[in-house]
Amino acid sequence: MGADQTAVVVTGLGATSPLGGDVPGTWEGLLAGRSGVRGITEEWAANLPTRIAAFAAVDPATVMDRVQVRRLDRCEQLALVAAREAWASAGTPKTDPERIGVAVATGIGGVASTLKANEILQAQGWQRVSPYTVPMLMPNGAAGWISIEIGAQAGVHTTVSACASGAESIAYGIEMIRSGRADVVLAGGTEAAIIQLNIAAFAAMRALSTRNDEPTLASRPFDKGRDGFVLGEGAAMLVLESAGHAAQRGATVLATAAGFGFSADAYHIAQPAPDGRGAALAMTRALADAGVTPEQVVHVNAHATSTAAGDLAEAQAIRATFGAAADNVVVSATKSMTGHLLGAAGALESVAAILALRDGVAPPTINLDFPDEADIDIATGQRPLRPHGDAPMAALNNSFGFGGSNVALVFTAA
Amino acid sequence: MAPTTPTTEKEILAGLGEIIDEIAGVPADEVTPDKSFVDDLDIDSLSMVEIAVAAQDKFGVEIPDDKLKDLKTVQDVVNFVQHSSVSA
Repeated sequence: MGADQTAVVVTGLGATSPLGGDVPGTWEGLLAGRSGVRGITEEWAANLPTRIAAFAAVDPATVMDRVQVRRLDRCEQLALVAAREAWASAGTPKTDPERIGVAVATGIGGVASTLKANEILQAQGWQRVSPYTVPMLMPNGAAGWISIEIGAQAGVHTTVSACASGAESIAYGIEMIRSGRADVVLAGGTEAAIIQLNIAAFAAMRALSTRNDEPTLASRPFDKGRDGFVLGEGAAMLVLESAGHAAQRGATVLATAAGFGFSADAYHIAQPAPDGRGAALAMTRALADAGVTPEQVVHVNAHATSTAAGDLAEAQAIRATFGAAADNVVVSATKSMTGHLLGAAGALESVAAILALRDGVAPPTINLDFPDEADIDIATGQRPLRPHGDAPMAALNNSFGFGGSNVALVFTAA
Repeated sequence: MAPTTPTTEKEILAGLGEIIDEIAGVPADEVTPDKSFVDDLDIDSLSMVEIAVAAQDKFGVEIPDDKLKDLKTVQDVVNFVQHSSVSA
């Protein structure tokens, strides 16, 4: 981070995931090495090649007002649940509304609502289509509902970059504060796309695991036995705040959101550049932006989705970025437990990286029985994290999305 | 579901209360004739469209868009339904 830049800190966290309906439940599940993947027993999955997914542990419809349930797509419901937790954990900041912003993304958006509305249209005619259909299907719907809930008037934004969306929104939030547009930003991602069409579409790409008989073993990043990713759903949110504003109101600082890096592969619409050069560029830029040396980094929460091409490219990119310092970086692939939350993944994994710094422990990577050739140190059980020198511990979170989007975020211990 | 055709004001009010409870989360006992949808019940224009469609199903009375905007209070809707039912 440049000396003239406003320092941005994290003062609140929220999550609803396949491992728990809140941050403590999710973190406990991650540390315990618990899988959130299960079989899909519903009839709609019967003829699909993939019949496993990581559903949210707590149905958002059970923890919110029934009228909101009617009006919000499931991805918006999940987002609101996580946002409420994050905002409360930040102490419900009494900041000037014009200085509060929202940057909340989704990779897919309200596709379930789109399909449902089309069914109603075809069967019953246009007059039976809900007037809330557009707010339910639009990708910025979740951000909009959250801005209404917390009264955020600095700006309401949605950065869409497939599976990098959640990370990109956090980067956008950091930038809003650095550029002076806001003092506090609620940033994160959400996804609720475990539906027949989505599974069929990802299956058509041969991107999904078909290990239907062993759901908890299906997501296995960096393992030779992997056969694709497992679709997950949920939401995660960070409360980002200028360090000065946080100090002024006496907020508890969980970590510093030290920097971010973007790059584009410009290679293939859905496959990573084979040598991971785009990923490496994003990581290098994030470290430079954060003013963090490779030696300072103790932990990487990898994107690692459990696809062969992606995992290998990322492992190569981590080695290329950190060089010899990679020997002292503990890598965790938490998608082994949560599945792939697409547009929420970068946000959920940022929550995990921040908690790893706070507690000095890296979560395990489960199902890593036969490591591939990745030349990096992957945690298979909980691993202690200690500073490498006098500088605070740093953790990096990677997120890569179809379209060639690469986003790396760097957090440092409070 | 075949639409019923209530004729009394009390029946219409009860039916409307059920609809508004379902769609907007306003308890049926708060849906009294003098209430304004916007000012008293906090019901927006999107929800009014849903209420109009639900009322059509329940009462068998179509509320055209150009009439919907004139229905400001619960009593306005009751009158409209009652009048349309009688003339139907």
